[in-house]
Amino acid sequence: MIKIDHLYKKFGRNQVLLDICLEFRENQAIALIGPNGSGKSTLIKIILGMVLPQEGQVYFEGRPIAGQSLYRQHIGYMPQMSRFPANMTVSQLFHMMKKLRKDEKSRDMDLYRAFEIDQMGSKRLEILSGGMKQKVSAALAFLFDPKVLILDEPTAGLDPIANEILKEKLQKSLGTGRLILISSHILNDLDDITSHVCYLMEGEVKFFKPLEQLKAETAENRLNRIIAQILKHTDTHV
Amino acid sequence: MFNITKFIVSDLIKNWILVLYSVFLLLATLGFFLLEGQGDKAILGVLNLTLLLVPMITVIFSTIYYYNMYEFMVLLLAQPLKRSRILASIFLGLGIAFGLAVGLGLGLPLWILHPTPVALMLVGVALLLTVIFIGLALLVAVWVRDKARGMGFALFLWVYFVLIFDGLVLLMMYNFSDYPIGKVVLFITFLNPVDLGRIMVLMQTEAAALMGYSGAIFRQFFSEWWGLIASLLIMLVWALVPAAISFRMFRVKDL
Amino acid sequence: MKPGFFLLWLMAFFLVLTHELEAGTFHVKKGSSLDTIQEAVALASAGDTIFIYEGTYLENQLVISIPLTLIGVNKPVIDSQGGDEIFIIRADQVLIQGLTLQNIGISHLKDRAAIRIVEAKNVTIDKNILINTFFGIYLQNSSQCRVQNNTIRGEAYDEVNAGNAIHIWKGSQMEVINNHLSHHRDGIYFEFVDQSLIHSNISQDNMRYGLHFMFSNYDTYEENTFQRNGAGVAVMFSKHIKMVKNTFEENWGGSSYGILLKEISDGLMAQNTFIRNTIGVYAEGASRIKIEKNDFINNGKAMDIKGNCIDNEILANNFIGNTFEVLTNSRSNLNHFEGNYWAQYKGYDLDKDGIGDFPHRPVNLFALITDKIPAANMLLHSFLVNALDMAERMFPEIIPEHLSDERPRIKPLAND
Repeated sequence: MIKIDHLYKKFGRNQVLLDICLEFRENQAIALIGPNGSGKSTLIKIILGMVLPQEGQVYFEGRPIAGQSLYRQHIGYMPQMSRFPANMTVSQLFHMMKKLRKDEKSRDMDLYRAFEIDQMGSKRLEILSGGMKQKVSAALAFLFDPKVLILDEPTAGLDPIANEILKEKLQKSLGTGRLILISSHILNDLDDITSHVCYLMEGEVKFFKPLEQLKAETAENRLNRIIAQILKHTDTHV
Repeated sequence: MFNITKFIVSDLIKNWILVLYSVFLLLATLGFFLLEGQGDKAILGVLNLTLLLVPMITVIFSTIYYYNMYEFMVLLLAQPLKRSRILASIFLGLGIAFGLAVGLGLGLPLWILHPTPVALMLVGVALLLTVIFIGLALLVAVWVRDKARGMGFALFLWVYFVLIFDGLVLLMMYNFSDYPIGKVVLFITFLNPVDLGRIMVLMQTEAAALMGYSGAIFRQFFSEWWGLIASLLIMLVWALVPAAISFRMFRVKDL
Repeated sequence: MKPGFFLLWLMAFFLVLTHELEAGTFHVKKGSSLDTIQEAVALASAGDTIFIYEGTYLENQLVISIPLTLIGVNKPVIDSQGGDEIFIIRADQVLIQGLTLQNIGISHLKDRAAIRIVEAKNVTIDKNILINTFFGIYLQNSSQCRVQNNTIRGEAYDEVNAGNAIHIWKGSQMEVINNHLSHHRDGIYFEFVDQSLIHSNISQDNMRYGLHFMFSNYDTYEENTFQRNGAGVAVMFSKHIKMVKNTFEENWGGSSYGILLKEISDGLMAQNTFIRNTIGVYAEGASRIKIEKNDFINNGKAMDIKGNCIDNEILANNFIGNTFEVLTNSRSNLNHFEGNYWAQYKGYDLDKDGIGDFPHRPVNLFALITDKIPAANMLLHSFLVNALDMAERMFPEIIPEHLSDERPRIKPLAND
């Protein structure tokens, strides 16, 4: 579904991504993990066309995304931090989004309802708390029933209940031909919904393997333990 | 595009700075006419204020607005929308909102108190300067990632066009006063939309006679209808070129 | 008085009387036996009257060398068809009235005029219409002539090929009253003309000056209107001129002014109105002129008074709506400004005596700059210029410190 082909990205002198080659397919739920500054957000932004690579190419369903915008109707994106126009109300935001994409008929209002976004409809986005903004963001990401979901640190600001709702929703979405890409460093959250793990470090892909394979290799069950094992292993190896 | 524009406009017209700007223009215009009475003196006061205030508020506010809208743009960029469309919406939204502010603050009182060709020209120039300085603000904001530096640049642009440019011109004239610089002066005015706008308005007033001293070509250019049209075209170039450059930069920018 | 002398006087009186009674009249009429003016003038003897009736007479070079009266009835037209002058008057006591004279050809060898008056006295030119006549009425070496109620309209398109509407060269006690002069080179031209009066004329749209006045002394011009002339009005090299209640307006253009005063002295300029001129009064080498109770309204520069002007008194004038009030090229000031109303005065009047509490300096820094560097006018009313000017007024460095009105009025004067 998404193929990443020899991707290089530099910010100034700082090499952020170095020869990334990856292929994500439907029905995968990929945990994109790695330390801060490893290039997770940059990779996501390149997939979304917000950051342009120096070299290499991203293909969405076989077509390069350079200069394209329409492929994004298949992607639901929930950014790490959400800021909205100060004076806009929640309902205005949803109204605008629906109007912007009025040709797309299928809607997924599950999260919208679960997060009770209707009840904060008249509130100005500026006065919402961080968690409430994340709820709005999440509901927006799912709104157009996209084939690909990209969530950048989705659980950071969410309260535990909302977190559970989101996880449930993600689990439901899996196995319906969708691709889910989640970046996070709170590994516990990802346990139940991850099918593959992609580990980025200093701009390079350390590994990209199915979770089952990793479990077998490390004889661990929990994602954070798996990663710890691997890291220990590579450290001693080096 | 018009959906986003609509939302930006409705966002902006609730902005208290913009409201204050419009009200201030309105009160100042009324004030000039109350204090100075009808006629050129009041118009000159309004002109001076306009040339100072409109570029300043427009360029600084627009720059800040771009930076404040950054996350929103990212949100929009995650949608199946073209980049140019997003920036165009911001440009248009700012243009309409500031246009309304100028229309209400300047256009309305002038239309009621002093419906003359001078006033019409003044409002036209104010609107053109509004668009021009929105374009310049976007150019700065797209170019400079850092908000504080971007604001510094925007402020510098304002000081440059309102003060420094004229100072340099005066110095140049002082040093080259023995040469025939009539033609050069005409071209110099094209290099600063604030000067060009000021002259376009002044040529409609009593001061036109003195402006004639700047040179025969100068006088002829600004008093003929084709010169007026050429001036308007140059103002439009000023409105479009920085905006066009900012669009090109925005297309290949990492957000 | 001796009786013989008295008798002689009496006889002389009767002689004149009978002569008057005997004076003949001629009627020039189309279709009659007397159908040219030429013929009538030839037949007439001194003191006769010739009536000219309606119709167009294609005649010119009518030399009048005896006292005659020529009166047009129902606006007859005398057309020179682009040729030579029409009337050449070489006699005293001539009256020409009610004629329409037109189409004198342009000549570069001779200043052709519709009516030329040479070395004559007491000639009256009244209620005529002159159209396209190169020069209109040309008086030379004459005195006590009256040019009145005429309309003189040229068709000049450039200065070189244009003549003056009323041209007086050497003369005295002339009266130029209530004429309408337009589209010539100069409306009224005075050179070596003394003790004369110019009254109630309208001189407009002339290529050069509305009034061009040189080497003429003890003259008065009053209640005239000079409008939209190429360079305005010039009064030069003259003494004791009275200029009262005239209107100078709309003399726009790079080098145009309401009035140019050059090398003139001991005059009075009062109750005139200067509206919308590039420069209202431009004075160079003017001395002992009293400039009072004039209105300067909406001019580019109300007054440009050069450093070689001395002992002029500028009193009780109104300066309203001018871009610049006073300009000079000297740091010293030898003229006296007092009791004027200056619209640009920023002071106040706490003691309510109608006089501002501190002096007004009417010279603007930027006016001085643009005087040296005309191109700098493009910066007029810019923020930079306004700021510089404000600073300079507070701490005068360049503007003449002593050119100030110590008693500026708070309210405009009613000068009518």
